[in-house]
Amino acid sequence: MLEIKGLTATIDDKEILRGIDLTVPDGEIHAIMGPNGAGKSTLSYVLSGREGYEVTGGSVTFNGRDLLAIEPEERAAAGLFLAFQYPVELPGVGNANFIRTALNAVRRARGEKELDAVAFLKEARAAIKLLHMPDDMLKRNVNVGFSGGEKKRNEILQMALLKPSLALLDETDSGLDIDALKIVADGVNALRGPDFSALVITHYQRLLDHIVPDRVHVLAAGRIVRSGGPELALELEARGYAGLEAA
Amino acid sequence: MNAGDFLDRIDLAALPGAVSRRARAAARFRATGWPTRADEAWHYTDLNARLKSFDLALPAEAGSVAGLIPETDLPRIVFVNGRFAEDLSTKMPGLGCYASDAALTEGRDQPMVALNAALAQDGAVLDIAESVDAGTVLLVSIAHAAHQAAIAPRHRIRLGAGAALTLIEIARGEGEYLHNPVVEIALGEGAVLRHYRLQDEAMAAVHVATIFADLASGARYDSFTLNCGARLSRNETHATLAGAKADVHLNAAQLLTGSQHGDITTIVAHDAPNCASRQTVKSVLSGAARGVFQGRIEVARIAQKTDGYQMNQALLLSPDAEIDSKPELEIFADDVKCSHGATIGALDPEQVFYLRSRGIPEAEARAMLIRAFLDEALEPVTDATAHRLFEDAIDAWWRKGVL
Repeated sequence: MLEIKGLTATIDDKEILRGIDLTVPDGEIHAIMGPNGAGKSTLSYVLSGREGYEVTGGSVTFNGRDLLAIEPEERAAAGLFLAFQYPVELPGVGNANFIRTALNAVRRARGEKELDAVAFLKEARAAIKLLHMPDDMLKRNVNVGFSGGEKKRNEILQMALLKPSLALLDETDSGLDIDALKIVADGVNALRGPDFSALVITHYQRLLDHIVPDRVHVLAAGRIVRSGGPELALELEARGYAGLEAA
Repeated sequence: MNAGDFLDRIDLAALPGAVSRRARAAARFRATGWPTRADEAWHYTDLNARLKSFDLALPAEAGSVAGLIPETDLPRIVFVNGRFAEDLSTKMPGLGCYASDAALTEGRDQPMVALNAALAQDGAVLDIAESVDAGTVLLVSIAHAAHQAAIAPRHRIRLGAGAALTLIEIARGEGEYLHNPVVEIALGEGAVLRHYRLQDEAMAAVHVATIFADLASGARYDSFTLNCGARLSRNETHATLAGAKADVHLNAAQLLTGSQHGDITTIVAHDAPNCASRQTVKSVLSGAARGVFQGRIEVARIAQKTDGYQMNQALLLSPDAEIDSKPELEIFADDVKCSHGATIGALDPEQVFYLRSRGIPEAEARAMLIRAFLDEALEPVTDATAHRLFEDAIDAWWRKGVL
């Protein structure tokens, strides 16, 4: 599914990623934990193709394709989804229109038939119900006036409808109360299957109580410094990140 | 060419209607000539420089223009090269008649209005009787110029007390020409006119439109203008709130690219108490396009409790694009609420990336955000046909390679 080899990247000539090696096989959920400034968000932005990051070395292969060679929209069409740590507000853009445009752009790129407004609304309403979200979520402008929790849930709604094969969840748990956390986790767990992988980036262990990862990696100072099973998250929660960089 | 040389070419006496009025208007125009940047009202728009290269004359017979008329189910009034095109228009008893007389309203002697009065041959005259809801009417003015022609229709719209009308006005054409319409509007007590205007001229054209709207008490004038054609355009609206509790909405948007120049100028006179005026003007400027917004609000001493709002926002898609914004508030009453604001910005790369990360190609992402930027200006457009025409014009703009 996703294979990252020796990935290095800079922002404004400052090296943030210093040689990441990471493989996420089909159907697995991996967690990336680490202290602030370790490069967690940078990794998710580099993978999703945001401007301003310069990849200086290494490779990323996604379902056999060179991920770094294609545009952000092509990455989405190829099955990559980034749940933003800070979802962007789009005043004047209706949420339903936005999600349908995205869905149809992806369907078009995949050679699938586009959904008309009626078929889309049917799917969207079903997803909203499944995720226990308020009905008016679709009618509002994208993320405008949404609470922190609503913004994160809106990310999960988009994910549920776009059905990616790889989801990058960038600190999706930050700022969520326990109910919202469960909704987000349910959304991810609902997609679990042999054709869905996820990279869950988080600072805290609590999200991993609800999305149980197959592997946990610790990112510190731009490198993966430890990898292990789910128990590694518990260990980190107990002992903190101190001393990891030396490990 | 200069104003005098142009008028010398024209036999005003051969035009229909009262010669003396034409002669007076022509003399007035001759005295001022084309507006230049030395005229304060034209400081940002050099019409003289633009028209210098034009070899103007009255228009000759037009060829086929059917393709320039939008397909709708609405009754329509069509003018071609400033003449009423009966064969292209819908017969509308009860909607009044068409003038072959250029009525020059005294005191309206701006140079381009005087030129219109000197040259105008036909125009729509819509007289809607008291309490009648006349529905939606399309007013199409087409220029079809084989040579550089000056086209000057003059329309007059009167709504009796409590009457209502939705007027969709479209200016289109082919070739190089000066399109110089004047629209005079008088709204009786409680009358409502929704005036939707699409300036979609040929790219070599010059478009200078002047609108006068006089409102009696409780009347409402809701207008929206979309400027996307013409190499130079100016839309100048004079709204006079003459009766209490009258209400105007003078919204506009312009989508300009290349070396296009678009000027939105408004003069709102609050001459009675408890009136409201709202203006939201949005410019999207690509290439080396230049946008101008001049908005003047005059509040007379008697016009207490005036509520005036003016917002001018520009989205610059290129480093060579330019917007000039000049708000002017002249307030003589002491109990008023007047505000104005202006913003200039570029598309937010964060927003573009968010959309692209969801699979939306970059050009489509930019189009979505620009369309969202325009949304507020389009608010007064409640008519479905008008909405579709504007959406079509906006969609056509994307195809000009501006994204």
